[in-house]
Amino acid sequence: MSTSTPPNELHELSVSALAQALRERKLSALETTEYFLARMRQHQDLAAFLAVDEDASRAQARHADARLAGGSTAPLEGVPLAHKDIFVTRDFPTTAGSRMLAGYRSPFDATVVHKLAEAGAVTLGKLNCDEFAMGSANENSAVPPVGFDAPRPVQNPWDRARVPGGSSGGSAAAVAARLVPGATGTDTGGSIRQPAGFCGITGIKPTYGRASRYGMVAFASSLDQAGPLARTAEDCALLLSAMCGPDPDRDSTALDRPAEDFGRQLGAALDGLRIGLPREFFADGLAPGVRAAIDGTLKEYEKLGARLVPISLPRTELAIPVYYIIAPAEASSNLSRFDGVKFGHRAKDYADLMDMYKKTRAEGFGDEVKRRIMIGTYVLSHGYYDAYYLQAQKIRRMIADDFQQAFQECDLIAGPVAPSVAWKIGEHGNDPLADYLADIFTLPGSLAGLPGMSVPAGFGEHGMPVGLQLIGNYFQEARLLNAAHRLQQATDFHLRSPAGF
Amino acid sequence: MALTPQEIGRIAHLARLELGSGESEHMRAQLNGFFDIVEQIRAVDTAGITPLTHPVAAVAPVALRLREDVASEPDDRTANQQNAPAVERGLFLVPRVIE
Repeated sequence: MSTSTPPNELHELSVSALAQALRERKLSALETTEYFLARMRQHQDLAAFLAVDEDASRAQARHADARLAGGSTAPLEGVPLAHKDIFVTRDFPTTAGSRMLAGYRSPFDATVVHKLAEAGAVTLGKLNCDEFAMGSANENSAVPPVGFDAPRPVQNPWDRARVPGGSSGGSAAAVAARLVPGATGTDTGGSIRQPAGFCGITGIKPTYGRASRYGMVAFASSLDQAGPLARTAEDCALLLSAMCGPDPDRDSTALDRPAEDFGRQLGAALDGLRIGLPREFFADGLAPGVRAAIDGTLKEYEKLGARLVPISLPRTELAIPVYYIIAPAEASSNLSRFDGVKFGHRAKDYADLMDMYKKTRAEGFGDEVKRRIMIGTYVLSHGYYDAYYLQAQKIRRMIADDFQQAFQECDLIAGPVAPSVAWKIGEHGNDPLADYLADIFTLPGSLAGLPGMSVPAGFGEHGMPVGLQLIGNYFQEARLLNAAHRLQQATDFHLRSPAGF
Repeated sequence: MALTPQEIGRIAHLARLELGSGESEHMRAQLNGFFDIVEQIRAVDTAGITPLTHPVAAVAPVALRLREDVASEPDDRTANQQNAPAVERGLFLVPRVIE
């Protein structure tokens, strides 16, 4: 593919095709970086990027070219990527989409950023996201995107009036619009899978603990997990293999599991694979167009030799309140560090130290963040801890046990990523509950810490993309990617591009 | 259960958040709406269930490791303080708390 691709169509190349062309010296890292920087400038009205530094990107590309000249075979040598602005980076500012961190420069790179750089990747910039990754539509960003003076929502490249999903909305929009071949994201309650689904691309959240959380601005520590977004499962496997691995000196929750080649069984046959369909994922609230797309994809799996098995995840609905207690509880604790003392925003006028804390936090945090801090503070407070937080953690175990029960009868679980396609910007009318309820299908897997993917499954209402969610048992990422790759060999949904991009 | 304005004030104080009166009332309405959907968890029988903290502990014991107690960080004070709102001679400055 790379031999015949003129340099004016580099955005059509996958991560693996670009890496190969770079290794074979058919392209230089610098010309590749220049190409994508120009494309990013051309489409900056999508509001996908929060920070760029073209000279920093060029410097990284020149280093990659020097390594390529020295015969480097690093898997991503010279490939341009962009990072969700939740990962701290030395070469670019990091805001987590918050006024609180406007202009913040990290003295170090997040482990995931560092590992991707070691694999040869060049950073093109930082991608828009909901403030502190709290949101399902990327409408909660408080930082002006590149080219704008004021914050604005990221646009979905398939319909600019619609949201890209969230919280990794900038990552998903940038990949769907082919501004970058791949991007990092983070998933706490669905923040990789749902935007990947809404933008018609592929994304994977690995088992909790696979990737180090060091340098990821913390939201909910027992849920946050990094993962890649790209167009194909093959690319996700390549990126995920570079991102994961133990981080013994930096993250005590990262597992002591060596890095794996997650692409090692991409082409394996699916004969006899048992795909479990939770009946709770196919209930009344599911949009007919989404259901039809998912059903069509499941038929493809049957043609590939898989067997569909009815299962039940009886506590699916309970996952919403359980998640929205645990995640805010952890957030209220994590975000206590933003007090105007060591970094970030500090209020200008205040009476004393207490007043400085309160005004700093009132000015620095957006509405959704404040709501979650309030919920979290309440459920952790004296007299309510047992009734809410501890009770939620107990039900969390029951939800995880339900999955283990289900995996006795199936190898993978499949269903929709979300009950509908991407909604219109502003359609939920600042009603946080509407956003929370739409997270129903991604929350159970998040609470259980299981690996999950979104794979393009066609189009539903308004011609918008539909994502098929695949959930595997712990450490079954290679199998998930295998199932996704085989589907992508049989379908072309992942190859479709939005008009104008 | 419905949160009162006094409770909203108490929680906001614990959270070190200043809320204006209009903001406070709006927050109260939204939190009460939220806790309506949370009530269902109270009815779940969780007797004998151990809370799950690290999700992978659902299938195997997870020991959060401690690293060796040796300094592995270089002295990076200048870089670490470059984002501080107020610094003097390597110290973070805050409003006077001791007269």
